Amino acid sequence: MEVGWWGVLIAVLGGAIRIGTPFLFVSLGECLTEKSGRINLGLEGTLVMGAMTGYAVSLHSGSPWLGVLCAGLAGMVLGALHSWLCSFQRVNDIAVGIAMMLFGTGLAFFLGKPYIQPSAPRLPSIDLGGWSDVPQLKAALQINALFLIGIVVAVVLGWMLKNTAWGLKVRVVGESADAARALGLPVDRIRILSTAQGGFLAGIGGSYLSLYYPFNWSEGLSSGQGLMAVALVIFARWQPVGCLWVSLLWGGAAALGPSLQSVGVTGGYYIFNAIPYIMTLAVMIITCSPRRTLVGVPHELTVTR
Amino acid sequence: MTDGVPPDLQALGITKRFGPLVALKDVHFHLRSGQFHALLGENGAGKSTLVKCIMGYYHPDEGKLLLDQQPVTIRSPRDAQTFGIGMVYQQFTLIPNMTVLENLVISKAKLTSVINWQQEEQQLTQFMEKMPFKVSLSARVSSLAAGEKQKVEILKQLALRNRILILDEPTSVLTPQEADEVLGHLRAMTLAQQVSVLIITHKLREVAAFADEVTVLRKGQFVGSGNVSELNVSQMAEMMVGSEVTAKPKQRTVLSKKVPKLVLQDIRVKDDIGVEVVRGLHLTIHEGEIVGVAGVSGNGQRELVEILSGQRQTTSGTIRVQDQPFQPTREKIMRHKIFCLPEEPLQNTCVGRMTVAENLAFRNFDRQPHAVGGWLISRPALRQSAIALIERYNIKPPYPDTPIQSLSGGNIQRAVLARELSAEVEILIIANPCFGLDFLAMEEIRLQIVAARNHGTAVLLVSEDLDEILELSDRTVVMFNGQLVYETTSSGADLAIIGRHMTGHTT
Repeated sequence: MEVGWWGVLIAVLGGAIRIGTPFLFVSLGECLTEKSGRINLGLEGTLVMGAMTGYAVSLHSGSPWLGVLCAGLAGMVLGALHSWLCSFQRVNDIAVGIAMMLFGTGLAFFLGKPYIQPSAPRLPSIDLGGWSDVPQLKAALQINALFLIGIVVAVVLGWMLKNTAWGLKVRVVGESADAARALGLPVDRIRILSTAQGGFLAGIGGSYLSLYYPFNWSEGLSSGQGLMAVALVIFARWQPVGCLWVSLLWGGAAALGPSLQSVGVTGGYYIFNAIPYIMTLAVMIITCSPRRTLVGVPHELTVTR
Repeated sequence: MTDGVPPDLQALGITKRFGPLVALKDVHFHLRSGQFHALLGENGAGKSTLVKCIMGYYHPDEGKLLLDQQPVTIRSPRDAQTFGIGMVYQQFTLIPNMTVLENLVISKAKLTSVINWQQEEQQLTQFMEKMPFKVSLSARVSSLAAGEKQKVEILKQLALRNRILILDEPTSVLTPQEADEVLGHLRAMTLAQQVSVLIITHKLREVAAFADEVTVLRKGQFVGSGNVSELNVSQMAEMMVGSEVTAKPKQRTVLSKKVPKLVLQDIRVKDDIGVEVVRGLHLTIHEGEIVGVAGVSGNGQRELVEILSGQRQTTSGTIRVQDQPFQPTREKIMRHKIFCLPEEPLQNTCVGRMTVAENLAFRNFDRQPHAVGGWLISRPALRQSAIALIERYNIKPPYPDTPIQSLSGGNIQRAVLARELSAEVEILIIANPCFGLDFLAMEEIRLQIVAARNHGTAVLLVSEDLDEILELSDRTVVMFNGQLVYETTSSGADLAIIGRHMTGHTT
């Protein structure tokens, strides 16, 4: 029994990484987009589109990594479309985001029909647990390279936002479009580029779902990660490295149910599975008070104006 | 910064039209090298338009600009910067969520792709050492007082090596001491021939104390210019407003009894980011009394007004109106007749796209005669009441069916005042009622306020304009850091003491 409880902890940690990785990419994408002053709710659609594209390209080319790249590119196109639409006057980014979410998922289902049955090559995993002979630990330390890439992206993105001219410009545009224009910055162009890059990251997150875990392509593949990213970014206070921790937290929460089940705790299985959604709801309730605004929120975000 | 003297700037025969409106007509202006020049005029006199023509925001229809006697064309503010002309705007263009250092770096024309913060900080620290005033580079702009922000704006222009500085109403948000400090430093820099300074202002005191030369505009036309040393204040005032209008002393009736109408006890309020900004405030206002709240903006005045208008909740403390506890519900507001003219009324208490008539009826659309049986709105009745108010308060244009956002600032102010004063008023809360208004509109609004007081209304007047407070109020209190720190009768007020309390320098 004692090993069993350790097993739960190990399984939760492993699950945090395995389930948290798509959260990480999609929240980093959302973070960058929001830093430039827009919210992209379409990332849910981007995620599904990325998953379908990644799976299809991997199947046809035999290279899962090419699939990841193409998933990113597909996400980039959707992101660019979102921000291009938003750059027209009086177009609301939330409304466009919802439209893009439906468009992205709809398009992915339409194009993805032939890929539900066949099995595509899977992304390889890196075995970091070879030194141990505890099977649970071995399983938990089977890590996908995308997770490591995600860590690097989070750190580099955080560094870039702070220390590069590009990052500073993105932040100025996100804080005050007026000030940005007074400085001669092309507000719309910066936002389009940021949103497109954000879409690229979200697309990669999608390919992780179809090419690594849970490794299939079906219409029920995404379970709202793209929408939950908005809450994750709020919880991470718009810090990319914060997105890393928050994604692990959400991943761990999602892994709790299956982990407990593996040691025989089956009561409340569905409740445990709902924990990430409950946490999302809690973050939204706690942070959205009519009496105070959030610390660190980019001022241009429409929800806060 | 030290190579040669600042350039000589001349504007000749500038005319600027906006459609049928002539904003500037044949205006001349000469900023000599190393001078402190004041551009004086009422709101709407064309000062900002002239400066925007110089900065390249507008392109004059006629006339030309000379820089060191050479004709130049300035197409955009960026262009102006290449000629060494920089402007400090009335509304700060700093980014509140960033540090002073980040703000100064981002304004540079060329950024390296990777920013070496250490080097930038070192360079700016060195630059700051040569400057007459210092601001902490690591401070977040949102945490700075208005005076500090103003300094950062000026430093930003100087760091860009601009030699001609244009400042639009630089002291409107500063305390007298802060204003004197900033202007004094600018004055010293002009004396050292480092920069030329042009300030837009309507404060004669500052012109007399700091400027070398003054140019006066009135209704878009050049009225005159001259050396400040050869003019006295009343001459300048006459040039500015014309001889026909002067501020009339307001008739005041004195009430014999002192009946407390509004009592605030130990009020505490938090702002949007959860910081306590009103910290234990006590205040009593009596019948027929105007109490002026002076203070630098950001010391809790906005939140104080918001709790009384029902737009914010207190964390603790009691509000008593006519000896009864008060919650700002629609029912209690109507019963206690407590009305409010907040700052920026278009954003704060109007719905811009609704018509003037609808906006005028916000307080009583659900009552007789506007609502039949208490639920069906009668448009004709709404219009009729609006027409009466429009006439009585001289709102222009006099059409009840135009969207209120198309009215000018002064007329929106009049409309909201009309709405709030239209019924019987026991308590009136007012914040910065004359911000951005021209002289006549200002006088009208102030007369209305004093008239309400003479009828027995208790008035709370929050204003950033100390002159306004001293002119209107019976009692003046100073708000600093969320508390009232000083109280005086307005007749016995000493500007220096009030100013010291406004900045918290009480020893």
